Amino acid sequence: MAEEKFEPTIVAFCCNWCSYAGADLAGTSRFEYPANIRIVRVMCTGRIDLTLVLEALRMGADGVLIAGCHPGDCHYQRGNYMMEKRFDYVKNAVKSIGMEPERIRLEWISASEGGKFAALIREMTQQIEQLGPSPFRLTGNPK
Amino acid sequence: MSEEPKVGVFVCHCGVNIGGVVNVPEVTEYAKILPNVTCAENNLYTCSEAGLVAIKEAIGKHGLNRVVVASCTPRTHEPLFRATCKEAGLNPYLFEMANIREQCSWVHAHEPNKATEKAKDIIRMAVAKAALLEPQTEPEVEVKDASLVIGAGVAGMTAALSMANQGFKVYLIERDRELGGLSRKLYKLYPTLVDSSEVVDPLIEAVKSHRNIELTTLTTVKEASGYVGNFHVILRTMSGDKEIDVGTIIVAIGALNYRPPEGLYQYKVYDRVITQEELDGMLKRGALGKPGRIVMIQCVGARKGEIRPHELEAFPKSDTAELLRKILKARKEEGWPYCSRICCMNAIKNAILIKEQTPETDVVILFTDLRVYKEYEDFYKRARDLEVRFIRHIEEVPPEITLTPEGRLKLVAYDSLSGLETEFPADWVVLSTPMRPRRGEVLLARMLKIPIGTDGFLMEAHLKLRPVDTNVDGVFLAGTVSGPKDVSESIISGEAAAGRASILMGNRKVRTDAITAVADEELCIGCGLCEELCPYGAPKVEDGKSKIREILCRGCGSCAAECPRQAIIMRHFGDHQILAQVKALFTPESLKEVEI
Repeated sequence: MAEEKFEPTIVAFCCNWCSYAGADLAGTSRFEYPANIRIVRVMCTGRIDLTLVLEALRMGADGVLIAGCHPGDCHYQRGNYMMEKRFDYVKNAVKSIGMEPERIRLEWISASEGGKFAALIREMTQQIEQLGPSPFRLTGNPK
Repeated sequence: MSEEPKVGVFVCHCGVNIGGVVNVPEVTEYAKILPNVTCAENNLYTCSEAGLVAIKEAIGKHGLNRVVVASCTPRTHEPLFRATCKEAGLNPYLFEMANIREQCSWVHAHEPNKATEKAKDIIRMAVAKAALLEPQTEPEVEVKDASLVIGAGVAGMTAALSMANQGFKVYLIERDRELGGLSRKLYKLYPTLVDSSEVVDPLIEAVKSHRNIELTTLTTVKEASGYVGNFHVILRTMSGDKEIDVGTIIVAIGALNYRPPEGLYQYKVYDRVITQEELDGMLKRGALGKPGRIVMIQCVGARKGEIRPHELEAFPKSDTAELLRKILKARKEEGWPYCSRICCMNAIKNAILIKEQTPETDVVILFTDLRVYKEYEDFYKRARDLEVRFIRHIEEVPPEITLTPEGRLKLVAYDSLSGLETEFPADWVVLSTPMRPRRGEVLLARMLKIPIGTDGFLMEAHLKLRPVDTNVDGVFLAGTVSGPKDVSESIISGEAAAGRASILMGNRKVRTDAITAVADEELCIGCGLCEELCPYGAPKVEDGKSKIREILCRGCGSCAAECPRQAIIMRHFGDHQILAQVKALFTPESLKEVEI
């Protein structure tokens, strides 16, 4: 029997104003990308802390994307800077629990960058496929 | 909340938009077996009158206390469904949306099975969050009955007058010495051939003399802060800084006409190669004389090139100003990728003017696609009747321009209809160029937090549904700042923006989002970190405890993420609510027991 292809599940925390809107624009523009991503809407990436990222990984995410407005474009002036500032220690924490830090990414997608959003999801899905399933994945592929 | 959650799920076909990809009946059946779900239905269009009535009826019939609509993006339709919940007596914050169109069916059109599975996941996540939602009260803020209009072109002046006539105080600022913007450079306007000054001068007079308008020229915005209803703006004027408080802001700083680089079609090499803007000036001064032939070339610097990925490669470090600088530099050489849509009419208008003055002048318009819409078709016919010659060439073979020994221009163009090269000796070559965004937009956009589109123009909140709103409540766009427009369209958008702003100011009060932070006094140790990092000064430590003033809180949640005691809860976006979504994603087996 042929081995079933590994289908990663990526949790994406997208800020309401830029990246979630960028994801919407990818839809409006009919830019297709792999169906491996599940978006969780938050108002700002400044809201995303270590707990949310680690919990997502612990529950079984093969990758976590945090996507917000470009520096300088934050709807709340500097929420994305605060996320950027804490991203290093989030990465270190991910490393310290024995996971590849490449599984988490922080990206800036504006409301007008639907194409970029689609390209990013294609690229990230590929990257996570290469890394393989998360060691925390207990139940196997839910699909 | 002690009440047992009773969730109703409404899955939308959206015609074929969702139903053509996602198996909606299957997804609806699936939703029925999710925990806390009392009923699940599907509709052809949930946002239609019938769809909304179905929601209201189900709330009454099943005693629903939570509603999930699985359809499009909450960014456009959440307000509608929230209002529906409210009408049925349900707190609007007990509503959650599952985006299975923009983020599912539209992006996985060729993978219907995967899209259906993904839609189930998205709905499961939304239901999990919905069960934990709590009712919220939207705080009410006062709206100052004054507006700031930035830019006194046609759109800005129209907006200012409209609001001033309704009795609102308007601060109208203009960076130039004179009012009128781009329209000052125009001569006659299509399709009526009315003098531009006949439209603009009365506007200028009216704004200058209106007692509700405080007009200052040579003035720019130095700093802007605040939020809908209560913006605080520092203006840089010739006589020093001036601080004002306004309830709304209308951005009407306009656009520029693209100037071709030196040498393109011999522009600036031969002085008889000019732009339409320069031709307008000559016609106005009556300086054209009686030329034998004028050849116009359309789409010079428009619908050319593309904004390449490397220009958009803004992440992770560069910022919007850098992005626009890069785009403008590349676009100067290559032109802009979009159709500026007014150039066809502008060229036809000037051709008619010339023909009516000097019928013996041969006017040739070289185009690739001619875009004349609505009643302008008649205008095009009028030009044909006047024997203006329209010749379709193709972009791949751009016309060549040289100088004859006699010093006359010679243009060799490829006629795509006959497939032959055609030679035109010409007295003037006129280049039709597009409108392009101003660079000054960037600073203003950043100050006001308005996103810039990849074409460089400021972005409206929604191209169709909210064409003069921005992503920022209380800030609106008028005129060419959001894309090429002719004078009448600029007036329309000026009126529209003024109308939108006046609704806010007329109501005097606006309800702001209830998504704000609240500090738990028990857990708070009064460290003051939240006070330090909040850009709006919402938290304040008093008697060793942080108190967050909800009117000032905009709801970003940075304080909640940074709080060392996790004492700050975000309303509607609490840790427990976000994590419930994630947990639901990874526990697809947690369905409620099916009753047999």
